[in-house]
Amino acid sequence: MSARMQGYNFAYLDEQTKRMIRRALLKAVAIPGHQVPFGSREMPLPYGWGTGGIQVTASVLGANDVLKVIDQGADDTTNAVSIRRFFARTAGVATTTHTDAATVIQTRHRIPEKQLREDQIIVYQVPQPEPLFRLEPSRAETRRMHGLSDYGLMHVKLYEDIARFGQVSISYDYPVMVNHRYLMSPSPIPSFDNPKMHMMPALQLFGAGREKRIYAIPPYTDVRSLDFDDHPFRATRAPHACGLCGATDSYLDEVVTDDRGGRLFVCSDTDHCTERRETGCVGAEGVPEAAE
Amino acid sequence: MNDESLLSARGLSLHFGAIPALVDVDVDLWPGEVLAIVGESGSGKTTLLNVLSGRMAADAGVVWYRDPAGRLVDVHAMPAPALRTLHRSDWGFVHQNPRDNLRMAVSAGGNVGERLMAQGARHYANIRAEAMRWLEEVEIDADRIDDLPRTFSGGMLQRLQIARTLVTHPRLVFMDEPTGGLDVSVQARLLDLIRSLVARFSIAVVLVTHDIAVARLLAQRIVVMQRGRVVETGLTDQVLDDPQHPYTQLLVSSVLQA
Repeated sequence: MSARMQGYNFAYLDEQTKRMIRRALLKAVAIPGHQVPFGSREMPLPYGWGTGGIQVTASVLGANDVLKVIDQGADDTTNAVSIRRFFARTAGVATTTHTDAATVIQTRHRIPEKQLREDQIIVYQVPQPEPLFRLEPSRAETRRMHGLSDYGLMHVKLYEDIARFGQVSISYDYPVMVNHRYLMSPSPIPSFDNPKMHMMPALQLFGAGREKRIYAIPPYTDVRSLDFDDHPFRATRAPHACGLCGATDSYLDEVVTDDRGGRLFVCSDTDHCTERRETGCVGAEGVPEAAE
Repeated sequence: MNDESLLSARGLSLHFGAIPALVDVDVDLWPGEVLAIVGESGSGKTTLLNVLSGRMAADAGVVWYRDPAGRLVDVHAMPAPALRTLHRSDWGFVHQNPRDNLRMAVSAGGNVGERLMAQGARHYANIRAEAMRWLEEVEIDADRIDDLPRTFSGGMLQRLQIARTLVTHPRLVFMDEPTGGLDVSVQARLLDLIRSLVARFSIAVVLVTHDIAVARLLAQRIVVMQRGRVVETGLTDQVLDDPQHPYTQLLVSSVLQA
């Protein structure tokens, strides 16, 4: 790891800002799923690139933490690499790509395939914290609906989907009920990942920088995806095996390989895929580890 | 106060600045009864409706409602969640403009089903069956269930709004000029529908209208308002056939005879 940059406070944010964010986090943990406003700061990256997540990570990061950052499950995409390097330079913390080794995981759009542990914190980057925003334009009204636990409108959306498409057509950012009380947006993770939030041993923190909201799910909290009795929640997954490691139980990305319709389905969680290949698993289009 | 009344208001007063919107208004409504509130524009009819339904607070006075368990509750002292639950289940509100109540981007079936889902119905097939039954009840073709309200005519929209309101079998419905803005033949059909539904499900209705004919057709009792005051009240036929107050006499005599 490179030495910490001079002239910046530990983890970039000043201590008063971190204190303010931690107070919001404490409140968020105390009321699972409730959106707590906070004074979001300008960060050295554009809105939509994870300004909320990066502020939450900066506030919970300690000198001994090991940080992993993923973007759509991958450790090697621009956003993930940049944020990982940002904290390596401003906080001097150790970074890793291994889910096992990390104590803090900042994520955009995925939850790692590997089951998280009690000593880990997962920080989600959230573009839009309000699950009702497409249905009810007024924020005053949505706040009232949260206050009164009045969520019939969300079911109207599910009803409309079933009436029109025969099934619920939400494939990501699938709304959940947290602790039987608050309707919550799980951030744009695929609905495939929704069941992982239920009774997760790790602490889950959500930061929305542009919208200036923080919310959280404490460990071992009930998280249910909304559904109808006769149309139960169903996680969607491409019906293929990973081309590189052969996994049939992980979430897959579709990669276009040429301009003649060629495509490859691979695990979106790169760490999961690498680990499987190291143990000798090979998919249809993969090459055995030893040959590389 | 009468023991059986469903809704009772005593001494309601409300001023908008110097304008008296309500002055010491008393109203009683019995179960299954249709009460018409008539008067000219600006006489405080709609304000009275809003205050009775708890949507607007009065300066003075109290509104009592008898809940299904027989307890009297003060509508304006209720906590907000309880009032909202009441509005979503036991009460209904039919607006003059159906677009104020309907969700225009949601299909007819979703509009009718919303109140059921807000009450906790979580079985898709049952919700859909109930929505379809209510569309038929208000004479909308069942195969329009997945159409958006914006493809509906004005009369159909109003009927859809009524289906959406009645789906939870409310005991009390507030109607604000339900036939306003519709042409005469559509009005007649809608009035007929309201009258038969109200009688079949014995729903109590507070009906605001400026149209004496609507009041005569639907209402058993009538309240005549002028400048925020109740000037005359009684059985509809009695008041309209033998008006006592000068303003009521003016109102009745000003109806054009076709």
